[in-house]
Amino acid sequence: MAEVIEKKASEKQSEPLFSKKNKGLMTDPLFDNNPITIQVLGICSALAITAELKASIVMSVAVLFVLSIGNVVISLMRNIIPSKIRIIVQLVVVATLVIVVDLVLKAFAYELSKQLSVFVGLIITNCIIMGRFEAFALGNGPWKSFLDGLGNAAGYGLILILVGFFRELLGSGTLLGIKVLGDPIEKTGLYALGYENNGFMLLAPMALITVGIIIWIQRSRNKSLIEN
Amino acid sequence: MEHLELFFKSIFIDNMVFATFLGMCSYLAVSKKVSTAVGLGAAVIFVMAITVPMNWLLDQYILQPGALGKWLGAEYADYDLSFLSFILFIATIATMVQLVEIVVEKFSPSLYNSLGIFLPLIAVNCAILGGSLFMQSREIPTFTMAINYGISSGIGWFLAILAIAAIREKIRYSAVPAPLRGLGITFILTGLMAIGFMSFGGMLTGDEGNKKPQQENTQAEAEELIEKDHEMVVNTNK
Repeated sequence: MAEVIEKKASEKQSEPLFSKKNKGLMTDPLFDNNPITIQVLGICSALAITAELKASIVMSVAVLFVLSIGNVVISLMRNIIPSKIRIIVQLVVVATLVIVVDLVLKAFAYELSKQLSVFVGLIITNCIIMGRFEAFALGNGPWKSFLDGLGNAAGYGLILILVGFFRELLGSGTLLGIKVLGDPIEKTGLYALGYENNGFMLLAPMALITVGIIIWIQRSRNKSLIEN
Repeated sequence: MEHLELFFKSIFIDNMVFATFLGMCSYLAVSKKVSTAVGLGAAVIFVMAITVPMNWLLDQYILQPGALGKWLGAEYADYDLSFLSFILFIATIATMVQLVEIVVEKFSPSLYNSLGIFLPLIAVNCAILGGSLFMQSREIPTFTMAINYGISSGIGWFLAILAIAAIREKIRYSAVPAPLRGLGITFILTGLMAIGFMSFGGMLTGDEGNKKPQQENTQAEAEELIEKDHEMVVNTNK
């Protein structure tokens, strides 16, 4: 028995760090198994803060940090945690990481942390995090869990940044605060041709409709994802 | 009057789903049938009505800057534990959910059977934690207002999931473009419903109109006071 276990262990170690399978863990969640558009996880925070590109980028980085570190921690503890109280243990791990993110944001980007308000705290209950803990970290080793965390957070960030990009560009004609379409008051650039900003894009409902359109495009390109 | 205002504001204007997008995950996942949607919605109202006031007490007597000084004596007045709020709130919610589950199972098996599967799910529903965090950031003043806020936000969420479940049951018979079926159309529908709910935004503006003249009054009074002070100073100088 012991030999078999040792053999298995050595096989696991001999697997290269970036084998095909491990790469798949990172790249699958970007498109074909995207957490937002396919797994329906982590939507709450995705929509509320995407009126500006900058906020979406900061939010993606925060989730990337919390999810990858949290996945590793949970995966290291997976054999000690009694399954009855695992949800509370998971919540405590996430809450600790989120407090770190919140304090860092308050120290280095105070304005932005005011703008994100409760949504930094809501990373705790972001279903994407609990979902990956339950579905992956509880059953896999730390390195794989780390890759899975990175991949899923990147897939989440990709949608967030896409939505943020379109909402800021069409809504206020800027990107990261830079006026890329010209000045709306002095009528330069596109505005000289009579273009107007669509203020509606900045309102909450358009975030939902933008995500709906992204899902539409993704599923019409990949027919296997269509629901019945 | 204050209570009524908060009640309508939390249900319609600051609706958890349509204005702040909280609890969207379970809102999208559990809204395929009206009956399950009602079960989850009821559980959310129930848990919010308990956790928001609980967290209000925690916030007032432990977390706020200087809160410890209120009941532990002046030497504790300098402590600011507000950085602990996330972890304490979520711990309260997780324990309360477990406690509620046990109590309901013991005393009302029929309610337990109808809520059963949904109760543990609620611990990770963003609407619950969001309710507590908004309660903190909006500075709800009294305990009864906190109870009111918990119940009314829960009702708002309940209404939203009930509405979308009913629409999804009907839309099964419509010719939706294939790639939009399921998740896509639900997103767009929610967006349209959110646009509808935005029209409630005008409901309480009349009140703001009343408040503004008051502010002007106080400004005018302040100016008068300053003028009087000025006269006093001039008089004493003479």
